Amino acid sequence: MIAPDTAAPVASQEPIHQGSFWLPKAVSTLAPGVDNAWNIVMWVCVFFFVLVIGTMLYFMWKYKRRSENDVTSNIDHSARLEIAWTLLPLIIVMALFFVGLTGFMNSAVAPSDSFEIQVTGERWLWTFIYPNGTISPTKLIVPKGKPVRMVMSSKDVIHSFFVPEFRIKRDVIPGQYTSIWFEATEAGKYTLECTEYCGQGHSDMLATVEVVEPEAFKQWLESGGEDKNMPPAKRGEGLFAKWQCGTCHSLDGSRKVGPSLKGLFNRDETMNDGKVVKADENYLRESILVSNAKVVKGYEPVMPLFKDTLKDDQVDALIAYIKEQK
Amino acid sequence: MAQAVADSPIPEQSGTNYINAQKGILSWLLTVDHKRIGLMYLASTIIAFALGGFFALMLRLELLTPKRTIMDAATYNQAFTLHGAVMVFLFIIPAVPGAIGNFVLPIMLGAKDVAFPKLNLLSLYLYWTGALFTLSSLVTGGLDTGWTFYVPYSATTGGAVVKVTLGVFILGFSSILTGLNFIVTVHKLRAPGVSWFRLPLLVWALYATSVVQILATPVLGITLVLLMMERVLHIGIFDPALGGDPVLFQHFFWFYSHPAVYIMILPGMGIISEIISVHAKRRIFGYKAIAFSSMAIALIGFLVWGHHMFVAGQSHMAATIFSFLTFLVAIPSGVKVFNWLLTLWRGSIKYTTPMLFALSFMFLFTIGGLTGLFCGMLSVDMHIHDTYFVVAHFHYVMMGGTVIAFVGGLHHWWPKMTGKMYGEKLGALSCALVFIGFNATFFTQFILGSRGMPRRYYNYLDQFQPLHQFSTVGSWVIGLGFIVMAYNLLASLTSGARAPANPWGGKSLEWQTASPPITENFEVTPKVTHGPYDFSPEHQ
Repeated sequence: MIAPDTAAPVASQEPIHQGSFWLPKAVSTLAPGVDNAWNIVMWVCVFFFVLVIGTMLYFMWKYKRRSENDVTSNIDHSARLEIAWTLLPLIIVMALFFVGLTGFMNSAVAPSDSFEIQVTGERWLWTFIYPNGTISPTKLIVPKGKPVRMVMSSKDVIHSFFVPEFRIKRDVIPGQYTSIWFEATEAGKYTLECTEYCGQGHSDMLATVEVVEPEAFKQWLESGGEDKNMPPAKRGEGLFAKWQCGTCHSLDGSRKVGPSLKGLFNRDETMNDGKVVKADENYLRESILVSNAKVVKGYEPVMPLFKDTLKDDQVDALIAYIKEQK
Repeated sequence: MAQAVADSPIPEQSGTNYINAQKGILSWLLTVDHKRIGLMYLASTIIAFALGGFFALMLRLELLTPKRTIMDAATYNQAFTLHGAVMVFLFIIPAVPGAIGNFVLPIMLGAKDVAFPKLNLLSLYLYWTGALFTLSSLVTGGLDTGWTFYVPYSATTGGAVVKVTLGVFILGFSSILTGLNFIVTVHKLRAPGVSWFRLPLLVWALYATSVVQILATPVLGITLVLLMMERVLHIGIFDPALGGDPVLFQHFFWFYSHPAVYIMILPGMGIISEIISVHAKRRIFGYKAIAFSSMAIALIGFLVWGHHMFVAGQSHMAATIFSFLTFLVAIPSGVKVFNWLLTLWRGSIKYTTPMLFALSFMFLFTIGGLTGLFCGMLSVDMHIHDTYFVVAHFHYVMMGGTVIAFVGGLHHWWPKMTGKMYGEKLGALSCALVFIGFNATFFTQFILGSRGMPRRYYNYLDQFQPLHQFSTVGSWVIGLGFIVMAYNLLASLTSGARAPANPWGGKSLEWQTASPPITENFEVTPKVTHGPYDFSPEHQ
């Protein structure tokens, strides 16, 4: 939960779990293939680096200029050498190509029994929609040991879906669907990062990927993931965090992408068409559901629309929470 | 004297040269002398480099802490956009051809000037105009799209997108005209005896570069015009909200911008061929292999643009083909490195400042090239795409490669350009600082990237802070290195020793005329009887 004066409640601060020196822990069935390819190419590179730089350092020492009258070699070509250092690297890079291709193709084709989740990216929020209608913002909950296929699209600009521990990445593009799949091999919390630049909140566009045991996943999915038996303002605080409202709206009066919510309720606000509007319940409700209907002067109309995702009782809870921000 | 005619001795300082031949600001602004135009390019691109470098230092400073350090997210986004745009369009692309190429290419051919001297001046004016448009965004609201202008972000964001794309569009014409000029010059203005295989390898490299500039730049121009129309007229080519395709923009953009990577690196490779041969006093190894590999890189370079889009919306079939072709382009680059290596073999290596930069280049470019193999592998790229690994990779190629080659070339031809010698000790110091600082800054970023740190992030996870701090400290060492370098070169202008005509013992034509050269380069058009790398004793 968020302390009232928090400036930027970022959804996920899960660290990326370290595996080897270079790579994060491998937590999907695809990851070992990628890591294998990584190790092969790394040793190829180490070999060539030592060969080239070692030779260079040796020559630098051996053929340092002793006198201005040094006589240097006139040998200026060798067809055999040229053929050798064209063909041998060619064979090696072709091998690398095939190793890389294999891992890539595995990620492209999801198993036919995959569980499908709709992923929506928008500035700066990830939303996951499950087949039974459960909507989960900023938290992707998946079962361990089952292939999961993401069907992804963006509502505004291009984003990209990246989970380091799974070794998968795919752009999320407006106007078309892209997909990627994974099968997580270990329960735990991981970080999903947006890796296509999308503006001011780009680096806060994180989500938590929570891998749970299949039974726990089933239970969570059936409950819809929310406890409705608590005071509205308290519930609103949870929704505020869940939907990452704090990325753009501060609670301490500081200016972010959107207006601060501190002392907002019942204040007179000037809109960008010059009209002055009182920020009462109806204004707040409209601004949450159809944010671009009225835009406060000096701000851009970039807030997502929530008319299809939030239910009435959720909006009530959020308004109750905003009222408390004095 | 291998190349110039034996019966015309090198004229030592004749009193007048291209710098003091005419006086007054107008004699510079209206000049058609390729050397004066080269110097003006040099000054302009170095100012651009300083500006881009300033942005880089500010970015690194911001990244000292995971949250806000010195600027807000919006400013950070503008800073990395301008760092990229200024470095790519105002520095790396024009610097080597515009400054060094303009100065030495005609002299290397034994020509009096380029084929179209007035067109050459027009290129410079177009560069200035484009630069003004690009930099005007600094005072009129900034640009926050990244230097790649990806749609639909660039079609919708507030900010100076139209102004900057117009600037880059104009810069494109400057680049095309320079390429055209160089191609005609190489074909038509070679002195008697300068056959194609007696061209210095820098000329081959600039020739290959010019081909790419002429063929690829118009595609960028068209793409940017479409982007401007998208913003102003909402015609719906790229923006999906209007029925367009954002991935199409990426294809168009990289169809230019990948070949542009070779516009950036090929001239640098040409400089390295010159420096290594001259300062090891040894005939270049594999002349034809190096020359043809430049052409091979230029041609294959047109066919690999899709490797920027392995995880974008491109089909898996396309990704496969582009990965295959990308590995092919590694081969000619490798051929060059191996031939440079063998040029050191049984040479006589003198550790002058230019040679130290050339050896630094070998080290850094080898790392840059090899790490490209990671990025070319489809499955590995899925993990490192758009992370700091890629940032480190292209900085090793672009900065460790091109920028180091450029400053190496600057030190190599500085005595020729200015008639002054700089201090070798400070030269070596600046090279060492830049080399150490560079590796501290960017090798760290390979580790950051492979561990999962995405690029263009203003905030980052706490676990990455130690590596980010190390990288930032490295950037200060680079900055210090460039300050020492600037001091050393500028001080040489007032207090440097007078440069002899041929301080390094080079054999190509630019060393067979005075330092600095006279207005039309040679008293008598030289007749050439040997190759440019003939260091055999009978020609000493």
